[in-house]
Formats: sequence, structure tokens, C-alpha cells
Amino acid sequence: MGDLVELRDIRKTYHLGEVDLPVLKGVSLTIAPGELVTVMGASGSGKSTLMNILGCLDHPTSGEYWLEGVEISQYGPKARARLRNRTIGFVFQSFNLLPRTTALENVLMPLAYEREGLGEHQKRQRAEEMLGRVGLTDRIHHQPSQLSGGEQQRVAIARSLINRPKVLLADEPTGNLDSRTSEEILEMFERLNGEDGITIVLVTHDPGVARHARRTIRVKDGLIEVPGGGD
Amino acid sequence: MNLRGILKTALGALRRNVMRTLLTTLGIVIGVAAVITMMEIGNGATLAIQRTLTSIGANTLVVIPGAQNVGGINYGMGSMTTLTPHDAESIARECPAVANVAPIVRARTQVVYGNRNWVPTYIYGSTPSFLRVRDWTDLDEGESFTEHDVRNASKVCVVGKTIVRELFAGRSPVGKEIRVRNVAFKVVGVLSPKGANLMGLDQDDILLAPWTTIKYRVVATSLSGGNQSVTDTTNATEVNSLSQTYPNLSTSLYPVPSSNELADVPQPIRFANVDQILTNARSAADIPAAIREITEVLRENHHLRPAALSDFTVRDMTEITKAMSSTTELITKLLLYVAMISLVVGGVGIMNIMLVSVTERTREIGLRMAVGAEPNDILRQFLAEAVVLCLLGGLMGILTGRATSILVSRLLKWPTAPSLGAIAAAVAVSASVGVLFGFYPAFKGSRLDPIDALRYE
Repeated sequence: MGDLVELRDIRKTYHLGEVDLPVLKGVSLTIAPGELVTVMGASGSGKSTLMNILGCLDHPTSGEYWLEGVEISQYGPKARARLRNRTIGFVFQSFNLLPRTTALENVLMPLAYEREGLGEHQKRQRAEEMLGRVGLTDRIHHQPSQLSGGEQQRVAIARSLINRPKVLLADEPTGNLDSRTSEEILEMFERLNGEDGITIVLVTHDPGVARHARRTIRVKDGLIEVPGGGD
Repeated sequence: MNLRGILKTALGALRRNVMRTLLTTLGIVIGVAAVITMMEIGNGATLAIQRTLTSIGANTLVVIPGAQNVGGINYGMGSMTTLTPHDAESIARECPAVANVAPIVRARTQVVYGNRNWVPTYIYGSTPSFLRVRDWTDLDEGESFTEHDVRNASKVCVVGKTIVRELFAGRSPVGKEIRVRNVAFKVVGVLSPKGANLMGLDQDDILLAPWTTIKYRVVATSLSGGNQSVTDTTNATEVNSLSQTYPNLSTSLYPVPSSNELADVPQPIRFANVDQILTNARSAADIPAAIREITEVLRENHHLRPAALSDFTVRDMTEITKAMSSTTELITKLLLYVAMISLVVGGVGIMNIMLVSVTERTREIGLRMAVGAEPNDILRQFLAEAVVLCLLGGLMGILTGRATSILVSRLLKWPTAPSLGAIAAAVAVSASVGVLFGFYPAFKGSRLDPIDALRYE
């Protein structure tokens, strides 16, 4: 089982009153370790739902989800919380930093829920190292309101890396940034992917962003378009 | 997450919005401050009430001699002559729970001034301590007799308002001489009015003189027999208008013991016996201790073997003590209920703000869940925030409450008494209010769906 992520016929149906609304209609895909994949699709195509399932925030109605060789589609909230803490990192479009909290504390936040029993000193060291890696060594005591959009997103990336996840899920990470900053952030993703071998799944609807990736998954109407079959 | 981590996170979250934190705790601050201020003012009021009740004699203990039983005939309570002034002195010296001791010698006879005469309800021979025991030291006029007068058996007395009315028609008696069984007493003071006692007897109808004077100059004859009342009436040989006015008083209730009988049951002869000893305990709480100490001292003084019955009785004012403790209890309960209400109001305030806080920080909750917080972590975090809020409020409340009660006692001159119990209770209650009212918002936060929470605007 060489794949890091494998989805087999994943379906997700929302029940809105008496109407069943199928959003994912049988998605199967694999992502190998060290890949940089972009997911593209129009709004309402189901890509957000797919990301939620990949990120263990939600469970599929049916189908199998193999993560690191373990079938986790029916895990309960507690087990999924643990997976999110250990294996998956999130980067959001709107950064989602805690206001009035320094960059360092923001980066440290996920470690409050780790269960390996790291010491205070170790945690701090690791957080500083992560902030160094995203190039913010001189900004560790700044609060989000004192940072630019690009810097805030870099803090968010440092936060997502603090638990040394296997997969980094980035949901439109450059959606709120200007093109020059976007470029920087995307380069950082490429570097993380290239140097550290972190698997990255990047959601976007900017074809320019998708060019950074070797592979692009297109979602349309709850299904994955066969590569080369569409446009 | 360990306790320190939880507290750190909670404090961090509270620090992020200092103004709101302060406003939220205000409810608890006011609640706890109110509890403490009220408890302290209440304690002060209780003390004041106790002091008032003490003045009607709640702490009074009366030591009376036992009953004499001669040839199967019981002469009733107080018929023995076992108490001595020495007993009174021992009690004063050796019983720490007793505040004041006054020996009492009673008499009942006619008092004459000029062309008026009167038989007071009480003619008491005692020491100046009597007025302290009865909390009666504020005289209307003149002053009390002294220990010196007691030692010298001086012919001085203080009188109550009723006697002033009956013998002096309301004019000042100080410096005048009245005759008690043909002994001339100089009036040195007039007692302040006290009214009737609980049984309806006029307490102002009193003539108070040194016990030595009453004992040796007025009722000296009564020493001859075991029972004052019997011998007083049967052996009334001197000129006593009473026995002639009411001849039936002279009928003997008891057979006069023959010389043989008296020889069979010898009475210990104590030339200086007193009729009773009046004492008061230092406080209502000291009453049982005082009774125990008095009993020990007197049994020792009277050389009673462990198995022997006491030849005296110590009486307390059960009725008044009961009234006092029920009043105190009522006040304490009343204050407690009022305090409870203010704390509940404070707690509801905390719940409101915590609910707002959970809604406002929905995205934060979503984020924390996304990076691996379990529902229980979220629950714990918000609960910790509520408890920290309440404890902070409790702390500030204690300071405010103490300050207020000090201010009240300084400015309004109300009596207050610091209450450690109130402080401990306030801290405990504010922590439990935090848990109680913090739980619902925390629970609500922990049940959020991370996807919805992350998307919440």
C-alpha cells in the first residue's frame, strides 16, 4: 500500500428536509506520498465537501477512505480529531489566526492538543523553528493585526506544520492575497513539498496556481473528471 | 491538556478582551461583595442583638442552694444554707468563662421614709458586681455603693424608680435616709428604669445595699434557723407590723423540728451564708462552660465526694437563650438567602456573556477542532474560562466587600464584624457558580460541527 491517501467510491449526500442532495457521487482517487496536487472546480462542484472529507472534518455517506493504510471513513469525532492533530495540516483562505495573540502563540496553539507530552521548552523551540522556516523569525511577537496578509498566511502555514503532518490541505490559500504575495506563498508550498517531502493538496480555481502543480484533479458535479477527457 | 495549559489558555482568552472580562466579572464582584458586606454587617447586627439580649439577662446564671430534707419533709429549693460569700469569690477567681459574680442576700420587709412606707419586691444585699451582672451600671442619679461599703457593712443603698415614686413621690432621694426594719440607710443612687421582667415582676421595685449590711443588720435573726421563711414568721418576736397586719402569715407550714430531730440531722453552720449567687457568662456560647466550671469549683469548696449529689443548682435562662439563638439564626439565614440571590444574578450574567463569547468565537472553536481539539477540550476550555472569571470576580468581590464593610462601620457607625466563613463561602460559591453557569455555553461550544464553525461569519 504505497499510497498516502486513497478514496474508493466516496459518496456524500446531504439531507435537506425531505430532499436528498447528493454532493459527491462516487469519487475515487489516490495521492502518493510527496505529491503536490491541486484540486480545481467551480463553486458547488463538491470540491469543498471533498476537502472536508480528506481533512477528516466530515465523514462520507458511503465509500472507503484509506489514510496511511488505515480505513478511517467511519471514525468517530474523537478519533478524527486525533488524526487532524497528528496527520493533517490545514491552511485556510481567511488565515483563521487568533486575534490579539502573537504569531508564536498562534503557531503553538495546535500543540495544546497533542498527546505525546512535549515539554514547554520543546514546544517553543519547535514553534520558533517553524516560524523561521516560513521566514518570520523577526515577527514572532507580532499580533495578526500588525502583520500583512502574506505574513499572516505564512504564520498560518507555520501553524499547520507544527505537528509535522503528512498531508497539508490548503483551501484557496491565496484567495485573499495579491498576485505577488500569492506567488511567494505558492513558492513556499513548492519548497515545502520539494525539500521536506510534505504531501500538499491545494484547492484553487485559479488556473495560474494550478500550473505550480504536476497534477491537477478537476471536480465537476460531484465527480472527478477523467484527466484529459474534458477541456 | 494539563491543568496549567488549560488555565494558561483561559487566561490568554480572557486577556484578549479585558474590557468584556471586567464587565462580565462585575456581576460576580457585586454579588460576592454584597455577600461579604451583608455577612459582616449581619454579624455586627447579631453581636448588637446579643448585647441587647444580654442586658435582659440572657447570659445570667443563678446558683441557688439545694433543698433541705429533714425527716422526710422537703423544704423546697433554696432552703439549704450552703452558699457562702467565699463561694462567690472562688467562682470569680477560678472560672474563666464567668464574667461577673455577685452574692445575693434577700429580705422582705417594710421600708419607711417620713410618713410613707412600702414593701419592695426586692430587697437585695449584694456587691457592686450585681449591677454589672444585670447590665444595669448606668444610674439615673448618684452612684453605686462600693466594695469598701461591702467590707464595712455601710448603711447605704441604691433604689429603683418604683421606690422613688412610692416613698419620695418622685423627688430625688439621694442623700436622704430611709429605714429598713429600723435600720437607717442612706440613699446614694437611683437606678435607671428597667421595667418588668419576663414574669411581669417590677424590676424597678428594688432596694440594693451591701450584702453585709442586709445580712448582719437587717436579717441577722434569720440565721438562727435552717429555713428563712419559716423562722422569719414563727420567730417574729420583734416589732414587725406585717405579722400583725396579716396574722395568717404566722401559721406554720412545717412542724417545728424537735431538739432530737435537729440533733439527728445537724445543719452545717455557716454564719455568712448567702441566699444565691448571681453570675453571668462571658457570652452565650460560654454558658455551658461556665456552668461546668461553677459546678466544679463549688463541689470542691463544699468537699463533696464524686458520688454525692450537689447541694446547689446552677440555673440558666433557657428561655432567653433560646430566643437569642433563634433570632441570630433567622438573621443569618435571611442574609444568606439575599446573598444567594445576588450570586445567582451574577451567575446568569456570566452565562449570558459566555454564550455570547461562544457565538463570537465560533470560528476559533472551528479552528481549534480542525487542528485536533476534541469536544472535551473545547468544553474544558470554556468551563475553565468561566471558573477563572468567577474566581477573579470572587477575589475582587472579597476586596470590595471588605472595603465596603470597613467604610460602613467607619462612616455609618454600624457595627460590623469580619467573617472568615463568609469569605470562604464566597470563594466556594463563586467557583461553583462558574462551573454551573459556564457549563451550558461550554457544552454548546463543544457540540459545534467543525465545518459549520469554520465557515461561520
